[in-house]
Amino acid sequence: MANMDDVMTRPATGATAAGPRRKPAAGGLTRDHATLGAVWILLAAFPFVAGNEFVVSLGIMFCINLILIASLNTIMGFCGQISLSHGAFYGLGAYTSGTLSAKLAVEPWIGIPLGMAVAALSAVVIGLPALRLRGHYLAMATLGFNAIVFVLFNELVGLTGGPNGLLGVGPFSLAGNALFALESMYWVVWVAAGLVMLAILNLIRSRVGRALRALATSEIGADALGVNVFRYKLVVFVLTAAMAGLAGGLYVHYNQFASPETFGFFTSVMLVVMVALGGWGRYWGPLFGALIFTVVPELLRSFGDLELFLFGLSMILVMLFMPGGVAGGLEALAGRFKRGGRS
Amino acid sequence: MTILEVADVGRSFGGLRAVSDLSFTVAKGEIKGVIGPNGAGKTTLFNMIAGVTAPSTGSIALDGQRIEHLKPYQRVERGIARTFQNLQIFKDLTVLENVMVGRHARTRCDVLHAIFRSPAARREEEGIRDAAFAQLDRLGLAHRAEEKAGSLSFGECKILEIARALAAEPSLLLLDEPIAGVPHAETERVADTVRALNAEGVTVLLVEHNMRMVMRLCDSILVLNYGRKIAEGTAEAVRRDPAVLQAYLGEDDDA
Amino acid sequence: MDSAGTVLQLLFAGIGTGSIYALVAVGFNVIFKSTDAINFSQGEWVMMGGMVAAATVTATASPVWLACLFAVLVVTGVGMASERLVVFPIAKPTPLLITLISIGLAICTKSAVMLVLGKNPAGYPGFAGDTAVHLAGASIHSQTLSIIAITIAFMVLAHLFFEKTLLGKALRAAAADRDAAELAGIRVRSTVLWSFGIAAMAGAVAGAIITPLTFTSYDHGTMLGFKGFSAAMLGGLGNLYGSLLGGLLLGLLEAFASGYISSHFKDAVAFLVLLVILFWRPTGLMGTPAVEKV
Repeated sequence: MANMDDVMTRPATGATAAGPRRKPAAGGLTRDHATLGAVWILLAAFPFVAGNEFVVSLGIMFCINLILIASLNTIMGFCGQISLSHGAFYGLGAYTSGTLSAKLAVEPWIGIPLGMAVAALSAVVIGLPALRLRGHYLAMATLGFNAIVFVLFNELVGLTGGPNGLLGVGPFSLAGNALFALESMYWVVWVAAGLVMLAILNLIRSRVGRALRALATSEIGADALGVNVFRYKLVVFVLTAAMAGLAGGLYVHYNQFASPETFGFFTSVMLVVMVALGGWGRYWGPLFGALIFTVVPELLRSFGDLELFLFGLSMILVMLFMPGGVAGGLEALAGRFKRGGRS
Repeated sequence: MTILEVADVGRSFGGLRAVSDLSFTVAKGEIKGVIGPNGAGKTTLFNMIAGVTAPSTGSIALDGQRIEHLKPYQRVERGIARTFQNLQIFKDLTVLENVMVGRHARTRCDVLHAIFRSPAARREEEGIRDAAFAQLDRLGLAHRAEEKAGSLSFGECKILEIARALAAEPSLLLLDEPIAGVPHAETERVADTVRALNAEGVTVLLVEHNMRMVMRLCDSILVLNYGRKIAEGTAEAVRRDPAVLQAYLGEDDDA
Repeated sequence: MDSAGTVLQLLFAGIGTGSIYALVAVGFNVIFKSTDAINFSQGEWVMMGGMVAAATVTATASPVWLACLFAVLVVTGVGMASERLVVFPIAKPTPLLITLISIGLAICTKSAVMLVLGKNPAGYPGFAGDTAVHLAGASIHSQTLSIIAITIAFMVLAHLFFEKTLLGKALRAAAADRDAAELAGIRVRSTVLWSFGIAAMAGAVAGAIITPLTFTSYDHGTMLGFKGFSAAMLGGLGNLYGSLLGGLLLGLLEAFASGYISSHFKDAVAFLVLLVILFWRPTGLMGTPAVEKV
């Protein structure tokens, strides 16, 4: 049977400039926007069905992790730049806003943007030289930066509280009333994660996003077509660092505490793993990555000492059998289903 | 009328002179070919015009404006677009998206416009899509528009690179060995494409190993050997030039 | 202690730790050459070398050198088995996929050691007991000298292996050009197996000889792997002698930073210098710059 799509898209003759073709809804919102809206409405229902506070707190961490993983997926999956300093940017956001809150009673609404600015600024400083490096050397440079920041979190005891952690961070408040209730906190992270997901969707489905995906495959090719490769890499690196800073700020005011190991080498590596498990360079991948990162450790907790082993094992199995991550696996499944239904 | 002027250009790599004191011009509307035996400096010359390699000496001017200090992406904005001998297709993007990247230099909605999906960005995106599709249509690849570029044949990839370069509306199109590696059955298609584009007014500078193709396609030919110009002129004149015969003595002209 | 003594003390400390980093870096390099991937389990093999040796000393009261030898053999076997279990089955191996799977492997290795050998720190005396050598005002642990000697011996043997033996040459050929090596009759997939064995061996040697100085426990691997990776990058990935140079330099940097600046900030100082070197030489001190042909 003839493939319907081919018939629909093939122009009758090669010369018709206005040959039939699929066009996205002009100027309107795309299907991905609609899906994102639907998912966010579903997530809005989460606190009402969660049942207990523990489950709500998982929802909060899911949103924070989603911001981290989705932003990392943007610089790594779409832009092709291996970054192992996302944990550091997360920490810079957390410690900036957390320290300001603990030492000077600065409101999160001011502290978090400042934390994002600090993360973004340090991304400029490290990105300017590092993004000229390639592949493993970029990985090393970002990892080295993370190591330096980690030492600072541990050793600048006066500011950060050192290895014992930063105490006395204030919670979110609205018009002078602290938002102690978990539900209120959930709404804050729900809005933040939704905005981040929307911003990323708009970015990757744009002229800029196309240029990013192009330079991920061939920097020389993109350069030859007018893409200022270095500038784009830097801009996206800084933008995603700011998003990680936002996640850090949200985390520290939710947790009202921060300690260095949350933002170390292991976190940076695990975030990369979650990007891969969710689906490298796939927009919906981080949803699955964040779900795994948030929920699986809780599920494995009952296994006690076996937890870590099972976690590593399942990671290996997913990568072996679903190299495109969960999102890639679902895509392949949907593709097979479609083809099966058509023939 | 001159579109490209290369004056006294030289480039050495660690003491080895790849190109020395080279001067020539490309006239508006012509197809100019650069040939020469292996190691003659063709690729170095090509890279200096495209901006990948900076010349050590001399100047390069496009429409009378010096460009030798510009980066490749800046030269595209000035009107030089190129293809690659070793294909640089974005294979994970669709065919249409590849050509849409080619519109980059002619469009300007940046990161903030993108993030906020501004009306200007959405309008521009429509224009990019239409212009890119028009290029695919022009070169007969429109029916593959929605496929991943990685699924194209080698010859189709060469055409796609031309379509992508054309999307930048270049005043000068640089083709780096456009038929090298293309199966015999598809070489005519590439040659026809170049000829048709030229008829539509595109100026072309091409480097090519296949002498027969160059002789048939080009209005004028520049012959290099050991980084120096040894002849320049029409196919007929170059073919009879004793210096050229000598340079190619023993060389297989179809290699 | 006078200042010459301090310098000497720091010098030996730096060369000692640097030797360990160099051995770990060799492991990274060997696997990088055969797969283009960064193997995150490398550090876990270092830890495992120390843990297995310690368990052997405790359980059998055998001499330290024998326990170390045994540990190296065990870990080499674990390295090769790991390759067969998790790398060989990959349908379409890419460097990124192998790297990611090696992270899972690292987690499994670490937790397996914890499950089998426990969570307590372990250690044993040096090859010459816990004796010190006094030299020009510096007091140097005899094990530091053993580490330096064993590292030199390992490097010489590795050099001879890669230059003189058939297997070593095959590994180098496969690293240089996989397709050409395949055409020449080298089974490239099995060179990956050997590279895992050699990398695990280098790691285990490092772990077995450093444990008398530092103790070890199941969670020590990550940091050692991280440092070894840094040393490999500093020297230039894919270069055996770069590993040695990178390892020694990193070890010395740390030693002198902690001696003259602050032991708290020694990592920060070492990595700051590492970053500066990388920005100055983007492919490491002895790495060859990758030239893309256009």
